[in-house]
Amino acid sequence: MFYREAGQFKASYGTDQAIFPIAQDKWFVLAVVAAAYLVVPLVANSYWYEVILTPVVVMSLSALGLNVLTGYCGQISLGHGGFMAVGAFAAFKIATAFPELNVIIVFLISGLFAAFAGVIFGIPSLRIKGFYLAVATLASQFFFEWWFQQVGWFSNYAPSGTITAPSQEFMGVVISGPSATGVVKYLIGLTFLVFFCIVVKNLVRSHIGRSWMAIRDMDIAAEIIGIKPLQTKLLAFAISSYIAGVSGALFLFLMRISLEMEAFDIIAISFPVLFMVIVGGLGSVMGSIFGAVFIIGTPVFIKNFPELTTASVILVLAGLSVAWLTKYGVWRWVPLVIGVPLAVFVFFQKFASNTAEHIVLMFFGLSIVLVLIFEPNGLARLWQIAKEKFRLWPYPY
Amino acid sequence: MNATARKKANENAETMLSVEHVSLSFGGVKAIRNVSFDIRKGEIRAIIGPNGAGKTSMLNVINGFYHPQEGTITFKGEKRSDMRPHIAATQGIARTFQNVALFKGMTTLDNIMSGRTLRMKRNMFWQALYFGPARREELEHREYVEEVIDFLEIQHIRRQPVGKLPYGLQKRVELGRALAMEPDLLLLDEPMAGMNLEEKEDMSRFVIDVSEEFGTTVALIEHDMGVVMDLSDRVVVLDHGVLIADGTPDEVQSNQDVIDAYLGISH
Amino acid sequence: MLEFIIGLYEGFLANPAVEIWQDPAYFIQNVAGGLMVGILYSLVALGYVLIYKASGVFNFAQPMMAIFATLALIMFHDKVLFPAIGTGYGLTIVLAIIGSMVMMLILALLVERLMLRPLVNQPEIILFMATIGLYYFLEGFGETMFNKIANSPVPMESLGMEIGPFFVGGVMFQKVDATAAAVAAVMVILLAVMFQKTSVGRALRAVADDHQAALSVGIPLSVMWVVVWVVAGAVALVSGLMWGASAGAVDFGMVFVALKALPVLILGGFTSIPGVIIGGLIIGVGERIAEIYWSPYLGDSIESWFAYILALIVLIYRPEGLFGEKLIERI
Repeated sequence: MFYREAGQFKASYGTDQAIFPIAQDKWFVLAVVAAAYLVVPLVANSYWYEVILTPVVVMSLSALGLNVLTGYCGQISLGHGGFMAVGAFAAFKIATAFPELNVIIVFLISGLFAAFAGVIFGIPSLRIKGFYLAVATLASQFFFEWWFQQVGWFSNYAPSGTITAPSQEFMGVVISGPSATGVVKYLIGLTFLVFFCIVVKNLVRSHIGRSWMAIRDMDIAAEIIGIKPLQTKLLAFAISSYIAGVSGALFLFLMRISLEMEAFDIIAISFPVLFMVIVGGLGSVMGSIFGAVFIIGTPVFIKNFPELTTASVILVLAGLSVAWLTKYGVWRWVPLVIGVPLAVFVFFQKFASNTAEHIVLMFFGLSIVLVLIFEPNGLARLWQIAKEKFRLWPYPY
Repeated sequence: MNATARKKANENAETMLSVEHVSLSFGGVKAIRNVSFDIRKGEIRAIIGPNGAGKTSMLNVINGFYHPQEGTITFKGEKRSDMRPHIAATQGIARTFQNVALFKGMTTLDNIMSGRTLRMKRNMFWQALYFGPARREELEHREYVEEVIDFLEIQHIRRQPVGKLPYGLQKRVELGRALAMEPDLLLLDEPMAGMNLEEKEDMSRFVIDVSEEFGTTVALIEHDMGVVMDLSDRVVVLDHGVLIADGTPDEVQSNQDVIDAYLGISH
Repeated sequence: MLEFIIGLYEGFLANPAVEIWQDPAYFIQNVAGGLMVGILYSLVALGYVLIYKASGVFNFAQPMMAIFATLALIMFHDKVLFPAIGTGYGLTIVLAIIGSMVMMLILALLVERLMLRPLVNQPEIILFMATIGLYYFLEGFGETMFNKIANSPVPMESLGMEIGPFFVGGVMFQKVDATAAAVAAVMVILLAVMFQKTSVGRALRAVADDHQAALSVGIPLSVMWVVVWVVAGAVALVSGLMWGASAGAVDFGMVFVALKALPVLILGGFTSIPGVIIGGLIIGVGERIAEIYWSPYLGDSIESWFAYILALIVLIYRPEGLFGEKLIERI
């Protein structure tokens, strides 16, 4: 009813090439951003900042970086955590070596180091493709894990290699380190996220983004229309790991404050970020944010609302049974066979604290598989579909 | 300009591309053996031959996807024996493929826009801001692409992902992507394969229009003899990697070797 | 600068060479040790190659399956614990193996039905990501299910495996490792015969090549998939046992060692059974030797990345791995 583009005529290609060619989209997104800046700080408490809001903005940024590489350029990477670590350690070193330098600038510089690392480890992508590349990207992950732990200089010779973000004031407000308030850290992270979303969106709708997607969809044909494969892939690696590096710096300065290298290992970062990208939507800027909300929000939800989780697990399983029934017919009882015992099992375990994590693991695993089966384009595509439906509402078609 | 007049005009035109003594083999399989021919500026040149004659391999050699073991290729006066496809593209060679090679995840518009990549110069920092020169450049190219879209009559599928389009339209989009490159030489690999009569007629018209309106030189592979005889100015016939005839459609049609290659020889 | 180059030369070449010259027995001992570790890598990698060759799926969850199967075996074997029932039944080792394989069969059936079938004809990379999902699910499910028996030792006596060292010409070997090597050899022969000589093998190769084409000539895709996953489950069980035996105990932390099997895979080539065997041996020996002789120069525990960098360097020269099939790109 309200979501119609009828009557919005475009008189120039300029308006047609805009990020949001439909006015409602533009206003909606602007409203969300405004709410994120103005309404959230009014209602959120420190728990929310700590557990949801700051992690979501930081990890959205990280997922955005991976989405450039995997979603747009089609180069699957399992070593994203390594590049985030480069950013974090670079930011730590710069901030401790030059305490006067504004941390915002430190963040932006530390991304450069990660971009450099990304380019070095991206060089093999010219020759190596697909699974071979996916496994090869693990090389960067393990190498950096070892390097930052091994060389004491990176952590200023702290015992056990722990690095802690130093505090810094800017115009009378503490903007980083242990004493910075939740709202400040959240707003800084949000600003970075918004900025890079715009940058990435602009890149992907330019000839650079089209070259990435061309390489992703059919690299041979891309080369034949004049796209240079190595430069294009390396640029994707560079931008992806630049964003990863900045998000790594934010991860240290805004989210964790104090961490060891293990915080960036494959289980803690690389896989979850890949999940964010898959669940949110490969090749979608907005999907990166959806994915981060989902992957970060779910465990928090499960831990805080066990009963509600049980209820929703059962509901979801029932819904899936119906979906399977309509899509694949014969074996309709299968989801029930796993679903019911699982639900019962989950119910009887009553989420003892050590198993809550395992439930989360199972849930992540299941959701990846389900997303790939039912909506390979992720939550972002669901959002599109919802909009399409809303466009026709209240009529069925 | 009618067809005969055009052929007259082409006869004295300069040579755009010449293939000299090219041989290509994969391991023990000899795909092309010592083939030489030339393509003149502005003409429509057909390459025909039975299946497995080495036609597609020949196109792959011309645009640098395969590297011949022997022989040279001279394009616009530059001689070469080895090159990468993207360099061929910079020099002005565009092509379409036997099995459509579009970017399936992108829309028609983006696919054709991607053909303009080589002509877009603004670097990533301008693009990241989508501001000033970058925006202006993008819009200029959009205008050209819209002309191509109009020319090929595919306005209605502008915003659709090409993966979902029917085969005939995909072929047309692919031609559009090649045209967007504003090539000097356009290689078409079986542009009419798998089409019905009406689609073939449309496609033939596009090929002639490309040649006449844009002045593009065209080299095409086609199995439909009717189309080949009507469209092309000169024809090369390959069989088992060997060149067996080269001349105007009429000459080729009456050539005994060609008849043998297509109909088989009775011993 | 000159100092750095001299340092490089000494650290990488001269000092190791001197050390090897001075104590060749130690070197040989380490090569032997590396070979044995390599066999274990090969065993895990074999599971990956098997599923990939036979169905075109790069199953990232293979090491999880190994741990899962082994813990299931321990659970069935153990007299004390069977969490779902509470009291327990001590089963003999044969029954335990059968029980574990039945679990792998159920897993294969479920995976085929719920994951592979809906994803038929999808690009390989999508299937790969789905198996990462499976990896997480199995970890969560396994941790919940086997919570109480995690960190148990493999029942060595019941399996008839001996522990302890033995000596061949002054070089020490572990009996466990020798058993693993023998088992690996037998498995490779069996699998090679299955792939090359039987009609099932031919059907499997067809499935790996093209799902749709295989379906259209009447190959029952779902049956084939279950067969492959059950066989991969068996390989997983064997590799998990060997691995648990040499590590001392089985728990989900072992999966980090499995990540070592990945460079083996790309070094040898995804589609080559001899490739993973030789790749495993190269990496086993290489990382052991590098750890011993280069760590004074580079720092400790370079084992964690050495295999990856080695594989990466090889891949730059041979993108399809040492033994992988070279693809001729057609267009």
